[in-house]
Amino acid sequence: MKKKKITKKTIQHVLMGSFALIMIYPLIWMVSSSLKKSENVFVNSHSLIPNEWHFANYIEGWNGFAGITFGTFFWNSTVITVIATVGSIASSTLIAYGFARIKFAGKKIWFVAMMLTMMLPFEMVMIPQYIMFNQFGWIDTYLPLILPTFFGIPFFIFLIMQFIRTIPMELDEAAKIDGCNTFDIFFRIIVPLIIPAMMTSAIFSFYWRWDDFMGPLIYLSTPEKYPVSLALKLFSDPNSVTNWGAMFAMSTLSILPIFVIFFVFQRYIVDGISSTGMKA
Amino acid sequence: MKVTPPNKKLNTGNKNVTGYAFISPFLIGFFSLTIFPILYSLYLSFTDFDMMGTPNWIGLENYTRMFTSDPTFWKSMKVTFFYAGVAVPIRLVFALLVALALNKVVEMVGLYRTLLYLPSVVGGSIAVSIMWRQLFGNDGAFNSILAAIGLPTHSWLGDPGTAIWTLIVLYGWQFGSSMLIFLAGLRNIPKTFYEASSVDGAGPIRQFFIITIPLLTPVILFNTIMQVIQGFMAFTPSFVVTNGGPVNSTLLYVLYMYQRAFEYFDMGYASAMAWVMLVIIAIFTALIFKSSEHWVHYESDTK
Repeated sequence: MKKKKITKKTIQHVLMGSFALIMIYPLIWMVSSSLKKSENVFVNSHSLIPNEWHFANYIEGWNGFAGITFGTFFWNSTVITVIATVGSIASSTLIAYGFARIKFAGKKIWFVAMMLTMMLPFEMVMIPQYIMFNQFGWIDTYLPLILPTFFGIPFFIFLIMQFIRTIPMELDEAAKIDGCNTFDIFFRIIVPLIIPAMMTSAIFSFYWRWDDFMGPLIYLSTPEKYPVSLALKLFSDPNSVTNWGAMFAMSTLSILPIFVIFFVFQRYIVDGISSTGMKA
Repeated sequence: MKVTPPNKKLNTGNKNVTGYAFISPFLIGFFSLTIFPILYSLYLSFTDFDMMGTPNWIGLENYTRMFTSDPTFWKSMKVTFFYAGVAVPIRLVFALLVALALNKVVEMVGLYRTLLYLPSVVGGSIAVSIMWRQLFGNDGAFNSILAAIGLPTHSWLGDPGTAIWTLIVLYGWQFGSSMLIFLAGLRNIPKTFYEASSVDGAGPIRQFFIITIPLLTPVILFNTIMQVIQGFMAFTPSFVVTNGGPVNSTLLYVLYMYQRAFEYFDMGYASAMAWVMLVIIAIFTALIFKSSEHWVHYESDTK
């Protein structure tokens, strides 16, 4: 009986383990290709072990193109991502508190409006927003990529609201008796308690901004201003690429920050998705 | 305390001000970045605006051109419906099956969950689309594996019949977040339900259909709606992996809209396309919601 249980368990782990390996094979393949010599990348291309380890790909790739190194692109991505994330979390937290805790006329209508905005795909407003920002002279600047995040992101507002609702109302009332006004309650009582929800939102914001491709594609035209996503696309253009190893090296580097954040903050991500259905 | 009434009025007035102060970023953004652009886009859809000069009112011309004399529009519509119609169910079924399997595993769940979720974590990045293009290229790893086990190779991205499937597989591969939502749903089903039905002699398959599926239906509904919207709006994979080709076989709707707007500067036409898509998505979402009355069970009903 015990033996049978062990066999069953072994089968379970073998099946689950091989399935998981098949699923992450493409990712391992990308990393391994980044360590192969360019002329060997597509020789027996399924093999995961390079004939010789060619770390120089990372140096060659880092040199980038048109005299711009990937250092510039990574810096650009970092600037956009950090400012946009700070903006979206700060504004979303304020808005979430307003919706979750303050009773005011017309609140229901605005809440419904926010939920509808959440369902509305960005592609719907992409063209008119482009024309608008073009009128403002914001093309080829970071403003169209950063500024909208300062008006709150519906997904984050919703997520933070759900979290605020779990905090007992008595806490606010006690603080009020102690002489706190609404802003004090928000900054001193609520904000410290909802840091986990803000972290979860910040992680998702980081992913979305770091990966954002369509925004930079539409708005940026000077290569010096490109974030990694756009630079990588240009770098990998099938008609011009010959240095495959370097291209895979930069691809690998571009997702490294995502991996690092994922492994450090896994708990927040899993909780965030399970409770709201957001996607990374 | 009888002192409150005179104070109360002042208080609510204050509260209105405070409330609106807190949500003011949302209100500003909502009007300037959502409502105004949407209305503007509706107006543009009746014009011939091309980023030069001023928009000329041309009535329904964009719409009639779209429906009667633009075969590429119909092609992109067909491709998108096929893509969303095949890829979304595949991803959802796959996510559910994997979640069920994970729910059975006792040890190392965390490790498996992490590994299986990884593709979705990096899924939105350009690096993954580029990798996919090379993976399914003529001398990519996929053909290399086929050759190694003695199967015929194929030009997956070059053949109009198979190119769209590489995008569908890419979409299905990122089943991680749907899987996590299903897993959370499965964990919420009380064990006592299964125990009671075992006593009644129900086997695992019967239990799956009479307990698991009905109790998961709210989660399935939510996943379906989000995935359908996402499926219709896909852009990056077709732009990077195949750029719509070969012979427009992977020309997803948003890619065609992008080309119209930002390659031909046909802003009026592209705006009209955006509106057609919005109407289609609204109809689909409404249909899914409407049909949900018949298949979604909320726990409060069953108790």
